[in-house]
Amino acid sequence: MAATTDLSKSTPPGKAVTLEVTSPKRDLMADAFYRLMRNKAAVAGMVVIFVFLMVGLFANFIVPHNPLKINAGKGFLPPVWVEKTTSNKRPDPNFLLGTDTLGRDVLSRTIYGARVSMLVGFLPTAIILVVGTVIGLVSGYVGGRLDNLLMRFTDVVFAFPDLLFFIIVMISLRDTFIGTLLNGLFLLFVALAIVNWVGVARIVRGQVLSLKEKEFVEAARCIGARDSRIMFRHILPNSLGPIIITAAVTIPNMIIVEAILGYLGLGLRPPTDPNAFFITSWGALMLEGQTAINAQPWLLLSPAICVALVVLAFTFLGDGLRDAFDPRMKGTS
Amino acid sequence: MTGYLIRRFLWMIPVLFTVALVTFLLMHNAPGGPWDRDPSARQVDPNTQRVLNEYYGLNKPLWQQFTAYVFGDIKNGKFVCGAICGNLGPSYRMRGMTIQGYLFDPPEGKPFWYSRFGYSLRLAVIAMLLAVGIGIPIGIISALKQNTMIDYLSLFIATVGISVPNFVIAIFLIIIFASMLHWVSIVPRSWDQIDVWILPAVVLGFGTLARTTRYTRASMLEVIRQDYVRTARAKGLREQLVIFRHMIKNAMIPVVTLLFPAFAGLITGSFIIETMLGFPGMGRAYVTAISQRDYSMIMGTTLIYGVLIVIANLSVDIVYVFLDPRIRLTD
Repeated sequence: MAATTDLSKSTPPGKAVTLEVTSPKRDLMADAFYRLMRNKAAVAGMVVIFVFLMVGLFANFIVPHNPLKINAGKGFLPPVWVEKTTSNKRPDPNFLLGTDTLGRDVLSRTIYGARVSMLVGFLPTAIILVVGTVIGLVSGYVGGRLDNLLMRFTDVVFAFPDLLFFIIVMISLRDTFIGTLLNGLFLLFVALAIVNWVGVARIVRGQVLSLKEKEFVEAARCIGARDSRIMFRHILPNSLGPIIITAAVTIPNMIIVEAILGYLGLGLRPPTDPNAFFITSWGALMLEGQTAINAQPWLLLSPAICVALVVLAFTFLGDGLRDAFDPRMKGTS
Repeated sequence: MTGYLIRRFLWMIPVLFTVALVTFLLMHNAPGGPWDRDPSARQVDPNTQRVLNEYYGLNKPLWQQFTAYVFGDIKNGKFVCGAICGNLGPSYRMRGMTIQGYLFDPPEGKPFWYSRFGYSLRLAVIAMLLAVGIGIPIGIISALKQNTMIDYLSLFIATVGISVPNFVIAIFLIIIFASMLHWVSIVPRSWDQIDVWILPAVVLGFGTLARTTRYTRASMLEVIRQDYVRTARAKGLREQLVIFRHMIKNAMIPVVTLLFPAFAGLITGSFIIETMLGFPGMGRAYVTAISQRDYSMIMGTTLIYGVLIVIANLSVDIVYVFLDPRIRLTD
């Protein structure tokens, strides 16, 4: 589009011009995707995220052992690279990352942890993106009292210390019916969603406010498009960039919150069924590692590496997305 | 501008009120109380229950419990001020202890900074000094040597420090320095020597250090391109003077605004690290209260943290107005 307007400007007035599209037809999304694919760090981030997603999804097929199986007499085994522990335990090649206090395989538990952590990252984010986008769109487009109400509400939520909120919600509602759904994950999703949709709504609202004065919206209105059509077919696609970037920033935050709550013993409830879908989380693994920190510090290592890897992957992806959607902003963050 | 500041200040009241209300309602809903309500456990006899209920004010209607907690209550004809005066009530678990006493009173014969809050405060100060003392010079150097290896390296470390949460970094440092190299012990016997403070302070300050580095670098890069820097060079000023007097002085303005909320973040953001390293501060008291289900303690600490965070948010705006005359906040 930019090329054609330039062409028409450079043509002397009064001369007929045939506009030809010389480059292949591209839109904002395709352009951004093309730029993103050339960013090595972002692509590496995507690969890491994809691998963890697959690991989480197919955890039950790839684990070497059942993560809940207690191997009697094989507790406290070190990972294979440790020669000998202080208590004279030698690693067992069957347990690559060693075993925990009860003799459960650390590698298998870490793999199952990926399932919970990735779900906690993606599912609430998907919910808040939908809710936040719709509310932000309507609020920004309609304006007036509704908009004012939303803004005051977001002010309070932004000022509220969110981690403290998650902690007290998990403490107080954990033993109620909601707290037991999905091994306690449902409550976690709800708490995360209640706080975080606000940020999305604010960003979308800002986009709407600047977009609704643009010519293409005016044009759509002139030809009689309904409000809902203008909102969802014209304004929404043009504010997708910031929404996607927000998602890339929100997901790792969710994973970190889960790790913190799990570490405090407020996350996933440990299941009793050995074939349960959700068995443990990285936060819960850190808590287990913490209790044996002197004897077995490497129990802490695998969940810590996983959290660090995933979070860094999302950071690089987020930076890449930012550069891709707005090349002018490159390197300023 | 005064109007803006006043309005900004008054805005704290509804926010803190909401924090208190939400905390109160949720904590009230939490199972348990001063004694165990589990029917399978041994029951407290009704008379004791009544006395305890009276002691903790649990016999009143809910709204009155809330106002008594937040504003104050008339007990035996005498007005007892509530949370707004810093009276957070008795602890459910530690007999004869008030929340504020547990957090703010030092052990017998020790100065204030030996209290739990004092420990957290001292740790935050050391972490802050580390972050400023290392972060700002690194940021300046990497801006002056933009697009060199030093710049890339410090940017990468800063990115790691900003995105990876501090307790994960704590785990790595514990494993490297305590488990593998045996330079430090994971949980020292006493916190009286200064060297045992290094590990928790580094861990706590790393994120702030990274943020300070990134911020300083960005700010410096902006200043370097300014006309007054070119003018200073053109009039033949020595490079050192240009850097120190013209660049750094101006580049520090946005960095300083970052430091205020960062400090509050250091005080409030340390509970996992304190627990991990056995640090005797407020954060560990909070985590212990969570694991012991000491609801009044959880609520009191949450309120203190809430106040600190809200004040920090406010301080950013205020400091910004005072430090940078270019910013005019219009009403």
